[in-house]
Amino acid sequence: MAQEDKENIIDQPEVLRHKMITIEIAGKKYEVPEGITIIKALWYSGQEVVRGAGCLGGFCGACAAYYRTKDDPKVRTCLACQMAVQDGMSITMMPPFPARKATYDIQTLKDPKQDLFNLYPEAPLCRNCNACTEACPQQIDVREGVWKAVFGDFKSVSEMFMDCVMCGMCTPVCIADIAPNLVALYVSRAQGAHFTEKPLGLDTRIKEIQDGRFNDEWAEILKMTEKELADHCATVK
Amino acid sequence: MDIHALQQIVHRTRDARRKQTLPKFSPADCDQLLHKYHPDFRERAYRPLRFGPNDGDKTVVELATLLEGDSPIADEFDLTADYTTDVLVVGGGGAGCAAALHAHGAGAKVILATKLRLGDSNSVMAQGGMQISVAPEDSPVTHFVDTLKGGHMQNDHQLLKVMVEEGPSIAKWLLSLGVLFDRDGDGNLHVKKGGGSSKPRLLTCSDYTGLEIMRVLKDEVLNQNIQLLEFCAAVELTSDEKGSCTGAILKDLDNHRHIVVAAKSVILATGGIGRLHIQGFPTSNHYGATGDGLCLAYRLGAKLMHIDTFQYHPSGAVYPEQLIGALVTEGIRSEGGHLVNAKGERFVNELDTRDVVSSSIIRECEEGRGIRTMSGRIGVWLDTPLIDAEHGPGTLEKHFPAMMLQFERFGIDISKDPVLIYPTLHYQNGGVKIDTNSETNVRNLFVAGEASGGLHGRNRLMGNSLLDLMVFGKRSGLTAAARAAAMPQGKLTVGHLKGFRAEAKKHGSASGVVSPMILPAYTRKE
Repeated sequence: MAQEDKENIIDQPEVLRHKMITIEIAGKKYEVPEGITIIKALWYSGQEVVRGAGCLGGFCGACAAYYRTKDDPKVRTCLACQMAVQDGMSITMMPPFPARKATYDIQTLKDPKQDLFNLYPEAPLCRNCNACTEACPQQIDVREGVWKAVFGDFKSVSEMFMDCVMCGMCTPVCIADIAPNLVALYVSRAQGAHFTEKPLGLDTRIKEIQDGRFNDEWAEILKMTEKELADHCATVK
Repeated sequence: MDIHALQQIVHRTRDARRKQTLPKFSPADCDQLLHKYHPDFRERAYRPLRFGPNDGDKTVVELATLLEGDSPIADEFDLTADYTTDVLVVGGGGAGCAAALHAHGAGAKVILATKLRLGDSNSVMAQGGMQISVAPEDSPVTHFVDTLKGGHMQNDHQLLKVMVEEGPSIAKWLLSLGVLFDRDGDGNLHVKKGGGSSKPRLLTCSDYTGLEIMRVLKDEVLNQNIQLLEFCAAVELTSDEKGSCTGAILKDLDNHRHIVVAAKSVILATGGIGRLHIQGFPTSNHYGATGDGLCLAYRLGAKLMHIDTFQYHPSGAVYPEQLIGALVTEGIRSEGGHLVNAKGERFVNELDTRDVVSSSIIRECEEGRGIRTMSGRIGVWLDTPLIDAEHGPGTLEKHFPAMMLQFERFGIDISKDPVLIYPTLHYQNGGVKIDTNSETNVRNLFVAGEASGGLHGRNRLMGNSLLDLMVFGKRSGLTAAARAAAMPQGKLTVGHLKGFRAEAKKHGSASGVVSPMILPAYTRKE
């Protein structure tokens, strides 16, 4: 077992205190330990969580939530698995929002930059209110992204939205009924499929495999005894 | 002591450590280290299975309990089909999406059922990248050899050869769907070096590789109009009189009703077991990683393999409390991040295989060179500021935006402060035994991705999981689709449960639990 070593101990005030705080979940008050994540607070308060939890690592966007801290009128957004609760916080999970997703065959698009306006005709109607940017828990400049998409700067959009977890919190706030995350997803895919250089080395490798360039090496390796194979592997550094 | 005070030793020793090169352990030393410190070798955590296809094989107690668990479905259950399809895919992660897309593309009628939402999975969290031998100085054969070494020579050669050879065509497929892999100046795919690999081979989308691939695949599943049953957990499989798989019984988690799906083939892409918290470990896994597919396949007579070995990812966060178990990507070590003990010393070559690095961290902690937190956790430092020191300010921000953001939310700037880490339960190395078409020994039952076993041997090499999902998702989907046309739908029974229950009864009704688990029981009851 681990030896006692008094020197190398982090004193965590949040753990030492074991303080219970009061939060509001969907309008009801609960006592929960300070500092746990919102998802853990839901479990702690006795709720069965089926919808509203996914990867629990901040990547899948399933746990989009709204919260407001004590005495602050501002309602903010977060991923519930990534946000610690504090005293007086009011929380509610975001319900699934019925945004319209366009369907398309990404590979056969003829003019992806023009097609954007057929697939998402609402995209150019942005009224610049910036609510989407403020709603993004990933700190993406969503509004800027929508404009760049409309102006055909697909490359910038694809870079800006690499952090997008598709939580969809930019959508309910949009007064022009744009679903910015879906627009950005289309744009990013179009950028990848149509406006990015084809990697020549990849085609070369695929052809080498098809042409059997590695067949002799395979034959040699696959006929080895276990011992020979282990010895061979040891030589590869 | 204040965390910042404890971190000083990492800052103080940084320059001296940068001049050091640590050799990898010799095979004999590795072996000794693993046997002494790797959780796979903790005898008391294991027990033999008492009946079923793997009668007598050892696995962790938590999994054994579920595998021997009873089905929630009674013998006389009404099996009138609610849906009929060619291919039923169970699971909405990388393997499930790949299987559904390929089966659909080959003309089969496909239903994809998942107990959470489409895409809620471990795949979406994969940060390190995807191993594909695209570099000129690399080859599929070298990829094969590296993987074999990482897996302690226990990998199924046929499965592995298929995976490494199909890698490049998978990359091409993903690119054609619009996945934005990082590029070199000349437009070729940028490759990074991963732990345990002799050549740079990791394709990446910054540190969002899994997220980027999953965003695209999910979107494609929706574009192809593949029928989805979300929040529907598979709780039992059906079989005909010959014991072949003919469909599944799902439970709708919203209204608690059962749904019977008649399918010519079933592809289980149900992922791993992290949420069983075996041996009390925290986990990096998603909410639904409860090994459901293993239980279903086992009851239907599918043989499992390597179910005694699990991967503990070296760098799970230990501090702050909120991030416990969350991954700190291996990419940090790939780019030169050091592991540092409480005395300010490095103790392992950071690019050794995951099992070796994890074991060495456990060794440091058990021998008193760890750093403790008041909540009873223990860990070692991962020197993240070193990345900026080595490659210039802003490198972390540029290459690891996800990581930066995750810690920033709790007021920690990982470009200035090292992070405390300890191994976290990450991956199930084994699973249901499959052939190169991803089919099990039960006819028309396929398993793809983490739920399958054999490919990775006893330790999966970093970056091989994303490729596994794509290759075997594809092969299972194509095989199932090709078979559908000429095959009648088999009869739906749960006849296999009779034998299973009789066996369980002989052993004192086995574990007394009902499986699959579906979701972990985190809700506080009193």
